Amino acid sequence: MNKLKSKDLLGIKNLSLEEINLIFETADKFKEVLSRPIKKVPSLRHLTIANVFFENSTRTKLSFELAQKRLSADVVNFSSSVSSVKKGESLLDTINNILVMKVDMIVMRHPNPGAPHFISKNIDASVINAGDGTHEHPTQALLDSYTIREKTGKVKGKRIAIIGDITHSRVALSNIYSLQKLGAEVMLCGPSTLIPKHISNLNVKVENDIKKALEWCDVANVLRIQLERQKNKFFPSLREYSLYYGINKRLLDSINRNITIMHPGPINRGVEISSDVADSKNSIILDQVENGVAIRMAVMYLLSLNKNR
Amino acid sequence: MTNKSRLFNKKRLDITINRLCHQLIEKHKNFENTVLIGLQPRGIYFLNRIEKNLNRILGKKIDSGILDTTFYRDDFRSKEIPKAKETLIPFLVDEKKVVIIDDVLFTGRTVRSAMEGIMNFGRPKKVELLVLVDRKYSRDIPVEPTYCGIKINTITSDRVEVNLVEQGFKEDNIWISNE
Repeated sequence: MNKLKSKDLLGIKNLSLEEINLIFETADKFKEVLSRPIKKVPSLRHLTIANVFFENSTRTKLSFELAQKRLSADVVNFSSSVSSVKKGESLLDTINNILVMKVDMIVMRHPNPGAPHFISKNIDASVINAGDGTHEHPTQALLDSYTIREKTGKVKGKRIAIIGDITHSRVALSNIYSLQKLGAEVMLCGPSTLIPKHISNLNVKVENDIKKALEWCDVANVLRIQLERQKNKFFPSLREYSLYYGINKRLLDSINRNITIMHPGPINRGVEISSDVADSKNSIILDQVENGVAIRMAVMYLLSLNKNR
Repeated sequence: MTNKSRLFNKKRLDITINRLCHQLIEKHKNFENTVLIGLQPRGIYFLNRIEKNLNRILGKKIDSGILDTTFYRDDFRSKEIPKAKETLIPFLVDEKKVVIIDDVLFTGRTVRSAMEGIMNFGRPKKVELLVLVDRKYSRDIPVEPTYCGIKINTITSDRVEVNLVEQGFKEDNIWISNE
Protein backbone atom coordinates (compact mmCIF):
# COMPACT_ATOMS: atom_id res chain seq x y z
CA MET A 1 0.00 0.00 0.00
CA ASN A 2 1.39 3.38 -1.04
CA LYS A 3 -1.50 5.75 -0.36
CA LEU A 4 -4.60 6.24 1.75
CA LYS A 5 -7.94 4.93 0.53
CA SER A 6 -9.98 8.06 1.17
CA LYS A 7 -9.51 11.67 0.02
CA ASP A 8 -10.19 12.77 3.63
CA LEU A 9 -9.00 11.99 7.13
CA LEU A 10 -12.15 12.29 9.23
CA GLY A 11 -11.45 9.79 11.98
CA ILE A 12 -9.42 6.77 13.02
CA LYS A 13 -12.50 4.53 13.03
CA ASN A 14 -12.38 3.94 9.27
CA LEU A 15 -8.59 3.75 8.91
CA SER A 16 -7.06 0.31 8.46
CA LEU A 17 -3.99 -0.89 10.38
CA GLU A 18 -2.15 -0.83 7.06
CA GLU A 19 -3.02 2.84 6.56
CA ILE A 20 -1.92 3.74 10.10
CA ASN A 21 1.41 2.00 9.53
CA LEU A 22 1.84 3.80 6.19
CA ILE A 23 1.30 7.14 7.97
CA PHE A 24 3.89 6.16 10.62
CA GLU A 25 6.46 5.06 8.03
CA THR A 26 5.97 8.31 6.10
CA ALA A 27 6.22 10.31 9.34
CA ASP A 28 9.59 8.61 10.03
CA LYS A 29 10.85 10.07 6.75
CA PHE A 30 9.52 13.53 7.59
CA LYS A 31 11.14 13.40 11.04
CA GLU A 32 14.43 13.04 9.22
CA VAL A 33 13.54 16.05 7.03
CA LEU A 34 12.82 18.05 10.21
CA SER A 35 16.32 17.31 11.51
CA ARG A 36 18.02 18.90 8.47
CA PRO A 37 19.49 22.40 8.36
CA ILE A 38 16.74 23.32 5.85
CA LYS A 39 13.58 21.67 7.17
CA LYS A 40 11.55 21.97 4.03
CA VAL A 41 10.55 19.88 1.03
CA PRO A 42 8.69 21.12 -2.06
CA SER A 43 6.15 18.27 -2.20
CA LEU A 44 2.96 20.35 -1.71
CA ARG A 45 4.07 23.54 -3.44
CA HIS A 46 1.13 23.20 -5.85
CA LEU A 47 -1.47 23.07 -3.06
CA THR A 48 -3.29 25.72 -1.07
CA ILE A 49 -4.54 24.62 2.32
CA ALA A 50 -7.05 26.43 4.52
CA ASN A 51 -7.02 25.96 8.29
CA VAL A 52 -10.61 26.56 9.29
CA PHE A 53 -10.95 26.71 13.05
CA PHE A 54 -14.34 27.23 14.68
CA GLU A 55 -12.82 26.50 18.10
CA ASN A 56 -9.71 27.64 19.92
CA SER A 57 -6.45 25.83 19.40
CA THR A 58 -2.77 26.43 20.07
CA ARG A 59 -0.89 23.21 19.39
CA THR A 60 -3.01 21.68 16.66
CA LYS A 61 -3.29 24.86 14.61
CA LEU A 62 0.37 25.75 14.96
CA SER A 63 1.43 22.19 14.24
CA PHE A 64 -0.73 21.95 11.10
CA GLU A 65 0.49 25.32 9.88
CA LEU A 66 4.14 24.43 10.43
CA ALA A 67 3.62 21.07 8.73
CA GLN A 68 2.05 22.83 5.73
CA LYS A 69 4.90 25.32 5.51
CA ARG A 70 7.51 22.56 5.80
CA LEU A 71 5.78 20.91 2.81
CA SER A 72 5.84 24.23 0.87
CA ALA A 73 2.04 24.54 0.64
CA ASP A 74 0.36 27.93 0.56
CA VAL A 75 -1.59 28.45 3.77
CA VAL A 76 -4.60 30.56 4.71
CA ASN A 77 -5.98 30.70 8.22
CA PHE A 78 -9.57 31.21 9.15
CA SER A 79 -10.83 31.65 12.63
CA SER A 80 -14.56 31.86 13.27
CA SER A 81 -14.34 34.42 16.06
CA VAL A 82 -13.20 37.18 13.68
CA SER A 83 -15.21 36.08 10.61
CA SER A 84 -18.60 36.51 8.94
CA VAL A 85 -19.84 33.45 10.83
CA LYS A 86 -20.60 36.05 13.48
CA LYS A 87 -22.89 37.72 10.90
CA GLY A 88 -24.84 34.50 10.41
CA GLU A 89 -23.09 32.83 7.44
CA SER A 90 -23.70 29.06 7.35
CA LEU A 91 -20.93 26.48 7.61
CA LEU A 92 -21.31 25.22 4.04
CA ASP A 93 -21.46 28.76 2.64
CA THR A 94 -18.33 29.67 4.55
CA ILE A 95 -16.45 26.63 3.25
CA ASN A 96 -17.67 27.06 -0.34
CA ASN A 97 -16.54 30.68 -0.31
CA ILE A 98 -13.10 29.58 0.82
CA LEU A 99 -12.97 26.83 -1.81
CA VAL A 100 -13.97 29.07 -4.71
CA MET A 101 -10.70 30.89 -4.11
CA LYS A 102 -8.98 27.66 -5.31
CA VAL A 103 -8.21 25.98 -2.02
CA ASP A 104 -7.32 22.29 -2.33
CA MET A 105 -7.43 21.03 1.23
CA ILE A 106 -9.37 22.00 4.35
CA VAL A 107 -8.17 21.38 7.89
CA MET A 108 -11.18 21.87 10.10
CA ARG A 109 -11.94 22.08 13.80
CA HIS A 110 -15.56 22.46 14.80
CA PRO A 111 -17.50 22.17 18.08
CA ASN A 112 -20.20 19.98 16.48
CA PRO A 113 -19.47 16.26 16.06
CA GLY A 114 -19.76 15.26 12.38
CA ALA A 115 -19.21 18.76 10.95
CA PRO A 116 -16.16 17.72 8.87
CA HIS A 117 -18.06 14.62 7.67
CA PHE A 118 -20.90 16.86 6.45
CA ILE A 119 -18.45 19.14 4.67
CA SER A 120 -16.54 16.27 3.06
CA LYS A 121 -19.75 14.96 1.49
CA ASN A 122 -20.44 18.34 -0.08
CA ILE A 123 -17.06 19.32 -1.48
CA ASP A 124 -14.34 17.76 -3.65
CA ALA A 125 -11.40 19.14 -1.67
CA SER A 126 -9.71 16.93 0.93
CA VAL A 127 -10.92 17.45 4.48
CA ILE A 128 -8.84 16.75 7.57
CA ASN A 129 -10.62 16.64 10.88
CA ALA A 130 -8.65 18.62 13.45
CA GLY A 131 -11.21 17.83 16.15
CA ASP A 132 -15.00 17.72 15.90
CA GLY A 133 -16.69 18.35 19.22
CA THR A 134 -16.53 15.31 21.50
CA HIS A 135 -16.20 12.91 18.55
CA GLU A 136 -12.73 12.37 17.00
CA HIS A 137 -9.32 14.02 16.76
CA PRO A 138 -7.50 11.65 14.42
CA THR A 139 -4.12 13.39 14.05
CA GLN A 140 -3.79 13.64 17.85
CA ALA A 141 -4.40 9.90 18.22
CA LEU A 142 -1.92 9.15 15.44
CA LEU A 143 0.79 11.26 17.04
CA ASP A 144 0.05 9.69 20.44
CA SER A 145 0.43 6.15 19.11
CA TYR A 146 3.45 7.18 17.04
CA THR A 147 5.12 8.63 20.14
CA ILE A 148 4.40 5.48 22.16
CA ARG A 149 5.90 3.44 19.31
CA GLU A 150 8.95 5.68 19.19
CA LYS A 151 9.58 5.90 22.93
CA THR A 152 8.69 2.39 24.08
CA GLY A 153 9.52 0.32 21.00
CA LYS A 154 6.06 -0.79 19.93
CA VAL A 155 2.39 -0.28 20.66
CA LYS A 156 1.34 -3.92 20.33
CA GLY A 157 0.83 -5.57 23.69
CA LYS A 158 1.17 -2.32 25.65
CA ARG A 159 -1.33 -1.40 28.35
CA ILE A 160 -2.56 2.16 27.99
CA ALA A 161 -4.73 3.90 30.57
CA ILE A 162 -6.63 6.98 29.37
CA ILE A 163 -7.37 8.97 32.49
CA GLY A 164 -9.77 11.84 33.12
CA ASP A 165 -12.69 13.41 31.29
CA ILE A 166 -13.55 10.68 28.77
CA THR A 167 -17.11 11.86 28.13
CA HIS A 168 -16.08 15.19 26.65
CA SER A 169 -12.89 13.99 24.98
CA ARG A 170 -12.42 13.50 21.24
CA VAL A 171 -8.82 12.49 21.97
CA ALA A 172 -10.06 9.52 24.02
CA LEU A 173 -12.25 8.04 21.26
CA SER A 174 -9.65 8.44 18.52
CA ASN A 175 -7.00 7.00 20.84
CA ILE A 176 -9.15 3.96 21.64
CA TYR A 177 -9.56 3.18 17.92
CA SER A 178 -5.93 3.79 17.09
CA LEU A 179 -4.42 1.90 20.04
CA GLN A 180 -6.71 -1.09 19.58
CA LYS A 181 -5.96 -1.31 15.85
CA LEU A 182 -2.26 -1.32 16.73
CA GLY A 183 -2.79 -4.13 19.24
CA ALA A 184 -2.69 -2.34 22.61
CA GLU A 185 -5.00 -2.93 25.57
CA VAL A 186 -6.93 0.15 26.63
CA MET A 187 -8.33 1.08 30.04
CA LEU A 188 -10.40 4.17 30.78
CA CYS A 189 -10.22 5.69 34.22
CA GLY A 190 -12.13 8.56 35.78
CA PRO A 191 -15.19 9.30 37.88
CA SER A 192 -18.30 7.43 36.63
CA THR A 193 -19.88 10.76 35.67
CA LEU A 194 -17.09 11.40 33.17
CA ILE A 195 -17.13 7.95 31.54
CA PRO A 196 -19.81 7.37 28.86
CA LYS A 197 -22.33 4.72 29.83
CA HIS A 198 -21.87 2.20 27.01
CA ILE A 199 -18.18 2.77 26.33
CA SER A 200 -17.29 -0.79 27.44
CA ASN A 201 -18.93 -1.92 24.17
CA LEU A 202 -15.73 -0.72 22.53
CA ASN A 203 -13.91 -3.54 24.31
CA VAL A 204 -12.12 -1.32 26.81
CA LYS A 205 -11.64 -1.84 30.53
CA VAL A 206 -13.22 0.73 32.82
CA GLU A 207 -11.79 1.59 36.23
CA ASN A 208 -12.79 4.24 38.74
CA ASP A 209 -9.82 3.83 41.07
CA ILE A 210 -6.81 5.72 39.72
CA LYS A 211 -4.32 3.75 41.77
CA LYS A 212 -5.54 0.47 40.28
CA ALA A 213 -5.39 1.97 36.79
CA LEU A 214 -1.80 3.11 37.31
CA GLU A 215 -0.82 -0.27 38.75
CA TRP A 216 -2.16 -1.90 35.58
CA CYS A 217 -0.77 0.34 32.83
CA ASP A 218 2.53 0.89 31.00
CA VAL A 219 1.48 4.29 29.66
CA ALA A 220 -0.90 6.81 31.23
CA ASN A 221 -2.49 9.30 28.83
CA VAL A 222 -3.88 12.00 31.09
CA LEU A 223 -6.71 14.14 29.74
CA ARG A 224 -7.77 17.65 30.62
CA ILE A 225 -11.02 18.40 32.39
CA GLN A 226 -12.97 20.18 29.65
CA LEU A 227 -14.85 22.75 31.68
CA GLU A 228 -15.92 24.57 28.51
CA ARG A 229 -18.00 21.56 27.40
CA GLN A 230 -19.53 20.83 30.81
CA LYS A 231 -22.94 22.40 31.20
CA ASN A 232 -23.76 20.33 34.29
CA LYS A 233 -21.63 19.63 37.33
CA PHE A 234 -19.91 16.27 36.88
CA PHE A 235 -17.92 16.45 40.11
CA PRO A 236 -18.18 18.66 43.20
CA SER A 237 -15.06 20.81 42.69
CA LEU A 238 -11.74 20.90 40.84
CA ARG A 239 -10.02 20.51 44.20
CA GLU A 240 -11.91 17.29 44.87
CA TYR A 241 -11.23 16.00 41.35
CA SER A 242 -7.56 16.73 41.84
CA LEU A 243 -7.55 14.91 45.19
CA TYR A 244 -9.08 11.74 43.74
CA TYR A 245 -7.83 11.71 40.15
CA GLY A 246 -4.89 14.11 39.98
CA ILE A 247 -1.58 12.40 39.20
CA ASN A 248 1.32 13.55 41.33
CA LYS A 249 4.76 12.25 42.22
CA ARG A 250 3.63 10.86 45.57
CA LEU A 251 0.98 8.73 43.87
CA LEU A 252 3.42 7.49 41.22
CA ASP A 253 6.04 6.70 43.87
CA SER A 254 3.49 4.62 45.78
CA ILE A 255 3.15 2.14 42.92
CA ASN A 256 5.92 -0.12 41.87
CA ARG A 257 5.92 0.53 38.13
CA ASN A 258 7.72 2.74 35.66
CA ILE A 259 4.91 4.50 33.82
CA THR A 260 5.26 6.69 30.75
CA ILE A 261 3.19 9.86 31.10
CA MET A 262 1.37 11.52 28.19
CA HIS A 263 -0.95 14.49 27.91
CA PRO A 264 -2.48 15.95 24.72
CA GLY A 265 -2.40 19.49 26.15
CA PRO A 266 -3.29 22.06 27.23
CA ILE A 267 -2.32 21.01 30.75
CA ASN A 268 -4.19 22.27 33.77
CA ARG A 269 -1.21 22.03 36.11
CA GLY A 270 -2.24 21.01 39.59
CA VAL A 271 -5.62 19.66 38.46
CA GLU A 272 -5.25 16.45 36.42
CA ILE A 273 -1.46 16.37 36.64
CA SER A 274 1.11 18.03 38.89
CA SER A 275 4.16 19.87 37.58
CA ASP A 276 6.62 17.39 39.08
CA VAL A 277 5.01 14.64 36.97
CA ALA A 278 4.41 16.70 33.79
CA ASP A 279 8.07 17.76 33.75
CA SER A 280 9.57 14.45 34.93
CA LYS A 281 11.83 12.22 32.86
CA ASN A 282 8.94 9.76 32.42
CA SER A 283 6.89 12.43 30.66
CA ILE A 284 6.83 12.36 26.85
CA ILE A 285 4.43 15.30 26.56
CA LEU A 286 6.80 17.51 24.55
CA ASP A 287 7.78 14.56 22.33
CA GLN A 288 4.09 14.29 21.44
CA VAL A 289 4.06 17.92 20.33
CA GLU A 290 7.27 17.48 18.33
CA ASN A 291 5.99 14.37 16.57
CA GLY A 292 2.73 16.14 15.74
CA VAL A 293 4.41 18.08 12.94
CA ALA A 294 5.86 14.96 11.28
CA ILE A 295 2.55 13.07 11.59
CA ARG A 296 0.58 15.96 10.06
CA MET A 297 3.12 16.30 7.26
CA ALA A 298 2.67 12.58 6.54
CA VAL A 299 -1.13 12.80 6.53
CA MET A 300 -1.25 15.82 4.21
CA TYR A 301 1.42 14.41 1.91
CA LEU A 302 -0.39 11.08 1.60
CA LEU A 303 -3.77 12.75 1.00
CA SER A 304 -2.20 14.95 -1.67
CA LEU A 305 -1.27 11.81 -3.63
CA ASN A 306 -4.98 11.22 -4.16
CA LYS A 307 -5.35 14.55 -5.94
CA ASN A 308 -4.64 15.09 -9.63
CA ARG A 309 -2.61 18.17 -10.40
CA MET B 1 8.95 -10.18 -29.25
CA THR B 2 11.51 -8.90 -26.79
CA ASN B 3 15.00 -7.97 -27.94
CA LYS B 4 17.36 -8.24 -25.03
CA SER B 5 21.09 -7.73 -24.94
CA ARG B 6 23.52 -7.67 -22.09
CA LEU B 7 25.37 -4.49 -21.17
CA PHE B 8 27.22 -5.85 -18.15
CA ASN B 9 28.00 -9.21 -16.60
CA LYS B 10 29.78 -9.54 -13.26
CA LYS B 11 33.27 -9.43 -14.71
CA ARG B 12 32.65 -6.36 -16.81
CA LEU B 13 30.82 -4.63 -13.98
CA ASP B 14 33.76 -5.20 -11.61
CA ILE B 15 36.20 -3.78 -14.16
CA THR B 16 34.01 -0.73 -14.81
CA ILE B 17 33.48 0.01 -11.11
CA ASN B 18 37.23 -0.30 -10.57
CA ARG B 19 37.85 2.13 -13.44
CA LEU B 20 35.29 4.62 -12.06
CA CYS B 21 37.00 4.44 -8.66
CA HIS B 22 40.36 5.30 -10.20
CA GLN B 23 38.80 8.17 -12.12
CA LEU B 24 37.40 9.46 -8.83
CA ILE B 25 40.79 9.16 -7.12
CA GLU B 26 42.43 10.97 -10.02
CA LYS B 27 40.22 13.96 -9.36
CA HIS B 28 39.59 13.82 -5.63
CA LYS B 29 43.02 12.54 -4.48
CA ASN B 30 42.55 11.35 -0.89
CA PHE B 31 38.88 12.40 -0.59
CA GLU B 32 39.60 14.83 2.22
CA ASN B 33 36.81 17.19 1.23
CA THR B 34 34.67 14.87 -0.89
CA VAL B 35 31.52 12.97 0.06
CA LEU B 36 29.55 10.35 -1.87
CA ILE B 37 25.73 10.37 -1.96
CA GLY B 38 23.85 7.42 -3.42
CA LEU B 39 20.30 7.80 -4.69
CA GLN B 40 17.54 5.47 -3.56
CA PRO B 41 16.84 2.76 -4.47
CA ARG B 42 19.47 1.23 -6.75
CA GLY B 43 22.08 3.97 -6.59
CA ILE B 44 22.74 2.69 -3.07
CA TYR B 45 24.04 -0.64 -4.36
CA PHE B 46 26.58 1.15 -6.55
CA LEU B 47 27.46 3.54 -3.77
CA ASN B 48 28.26 0.54 -1.54
CA ARG B 49 30.39 -1.13 -4.20
CA ILE B 50 32.29 2.05 -5.05
CA GLU B 51 32.80 2.87 -1.39
CA LYS B 52 34.12 -0.62 -0.70
CA ASN B 53 36.55 -0.35 -3.58
CA LEU B 54 37.74 3.13 -2.61
CA ASN B 55 38.18 2.09 1.03
CA ARG B 56 40.33 -0.81 -0.15
CA ILE B 57 42.46 1.27 -2.51
CA LEU B 58 42.87 4.30 -0.25
CA GLY B 59 42.95 2.39 3.02
CA LYS B 60 40.52 4.79 4.68
CA LYS B 61 36.81 5.31 5.13
CA ILE B 62 35.08 7.89 2.98
CA ASP B 63 32.04 9.91 4.13
CA SER B 64 28.90 8.76 2.39
CA GLY B 65 25.14 9.19 2.62
CA ILE B 66 21.95 8.07 0.96
CA LEU B 67 19.21 10.28 -0.41
CA ASP B 68 15.61 9.55 -1.32
CA THR B 69 14.30 12.04 -3.87
CA THR B 70 10.57 11.23 -3.57
CA PHE B 71 9.64 14.48 -1.77
CA TYR B 72 11.53 16.54 -4.39
CA ARG B 73 10.12 14.93 -7.53
CA ASP B 74 7.91 16.93 -9.86
CA ASP B 75 6.22 13.87 -11.35
CA PHE B 76 5.26 11.84 -8.30
CA ARG B 77 1.56 12.43 -8.77
CA SER B 78 1.46 11.59 -12.46
CA LYS B 79 3.35 8.29 -12.19
CA GLU B 80 3.02 5.20 -10.08
CA ILE B 81 3.07 6.44 -6.51
CA PRO B 82 6.36 5.70 -4.81
CA LYS B 83 6.75 5.00 -1.13
CA ALA B 84 9.24 7.37 0.45
CA LYS B 85 12.46 5.61 1.44
CA GLU B 86 15.20 6.36 3.89
CA THR B 87 17.45 9.39 3.66
CA LEU B 88 20.59 9.34 5.77
CA ILE B 89 23.15 12.10 5.35
CA PRO B 90 24.92 12.36 8.71
CA PHE B 91 27.01 15.43 7.79
CA LEU B 92 26.65 18.92 6.36
CA VAL B 93 27.67 19.33 2.73
CA ASP B 94 28.74 22.96 3.21
CA GLU B 95 31.89 23.64 1.15
CA LYS B 96 32.20 19.92 0.34
CA LYS B 97 32.58 18.30 -3.06
CA VAL B 98 29.60 16.00 -3.51
CA VAL B 99 29.52 13.05 -5.90
CA ILE B 100 25.96 11.86 -6.62
CA ILE B 101 25.86 8.17 -7.51
CA ASP B 102 23.03 6.47 -9.42
CA ASP B 103 22.61 3.43 -11.63
CA VAL B 104 20.96 4.80 -14.79
CA LEU B 105 20.73 8.37 -16.12
CA PHE B 106 17.61 8.70 -18.25
CA THR B 107 15.50 11.90 -18.30
CA GLY B 108 17.64 13.69 -15.71
CA ARG B 109 14.67 14.46 -13.48
CA THR B 110 15.86 12.27 -10.60
CA VAL B 111 19.22 14.04 -10.63
CA ARG B 112 17.51 17.44 -10.68
CA SER B 113 15.44 16.51 -7.63
CA ALA B 114 18.52 15.04 -5.94
CA MET B 115 20.38 18.33 -6.38
CA GLU B 116 17.46 20.17 -4.78
CA GLY B 117 17.50 17.68 -1.91
CA ILE B 118 21.26 17.98 -1.36
CA MET B 119 21.06 21.76 -1.15
CA ASN B 120 18.95 21.26 1.99
CA PHE B 121 22.03 19.90 3.74
CA GLY B 122 24.11 23.00 3.01
CA ARG B 123 25.81 24.68 0.06
CA PRO B 124 28.25 22.26 -1.57
CA LYS B 125 31.40 23.59 -3.18
CA LYS B 126 30.86 21.38 -6.19
CA VAL B 127 28.41 18.68 -7.30
CA GLU B 128 29.39 15.87 -9.66
CA LEU B 129 27.43 12.96 -11.04
CA LEU B 130 28.52 9.36 -11.43
CA VAL B 131 26.27 6.90 -13.26
CA LEU B 132 26.81 3.39 -14.47
CA VAL B 133 24.61 3.67 -17.56
CA ASP B 134 24.00 6.90 -19.46
CA ARG B 135 21.03 6.66 -21.84
CA LYS B 136 21.93 9.25 -24.42
CA TYR B 137 19.35 11.29 -26.36
CA SER B 138 16.63 10.81 -23.75
CA ARG B 139 17.12 13.83 -21.51
CA ASP B 140 14.23 16.13 -20.46
CA ILE B 141 16.64 18.36 -18.54
CA PRO B 142 20.21 19.36 -19.46
CA VAL B 143 22.05 17.08 -17.03
CA GLU B 144 25.26 15.27 -17.99
CA PRO B 145 27.32 12.79 -15.96
CA THR B 146 30.85 13.61 -14.80
CA TYR B 147 31.79 9.93 -14.63
CA CYS B 148 30.05 7.22 -16.61
CA GLY B 149 30.30 3.43 -16.88
CA ILE B 150 28.83 3.10 -20.34
CA LYS B 151 27.01 5.38 -22.78
CA ILE B 152 24.27 3.81 -24.87
CA ASN B 153 21.92 5.08 -27.55
CA THR B 154 18.35 4.29 -26.59
CA ILE B 155 14.81 5.21 -27.56
CA THR B 156 12.16 5.93 -24.92
CA SER B 157 10.55 2.49 -25.18
CA ASP B 158 13.86 0.77 -24.39
CA ARG B 159 14.27 -0.53 -20.87
CA VAL B 160 17.46 -0.86 -18.90
CA GLU B 161 17.16 -3.71 -16.40
CA VAL B 162 19.56 -3.70 -13.49
CA ASN B 163 19.75 -7.13 -11.82
CA LEU B 164 22.21 -7.31 -8.95
CA VAL B 165 22.94 -9.91 -6.30
CA GLU B 166 22.01 -7.28 -3.70
CA GLN B 167 18.46 -7.35 -5.10
CA GLY B 168 18.28 -11.14 -4.73
CA PHE B 169 19.43 -12.13 -8.21
CA LYS B 170 21.80 -15.06 -8.66
CA GLU B 171 24.42 -13.01 -10.44
CA ASP B 172 25.02 -9.43 -11.59
CA ASN B 173 23.56 -8.60 -14.99
CA ILE B 174 22.50 -5.39 -16.65
CA TRP B 175 20.37 -5.69 -19.75
CA ILE B 176 18.85 -3.45 -22.34
CA SER B 177 15.54 -4.66 -23.76
CA ASN B 178 12.83 -3.51 -26.14
CA GLU B 179 9.41 -5.08 -26.60
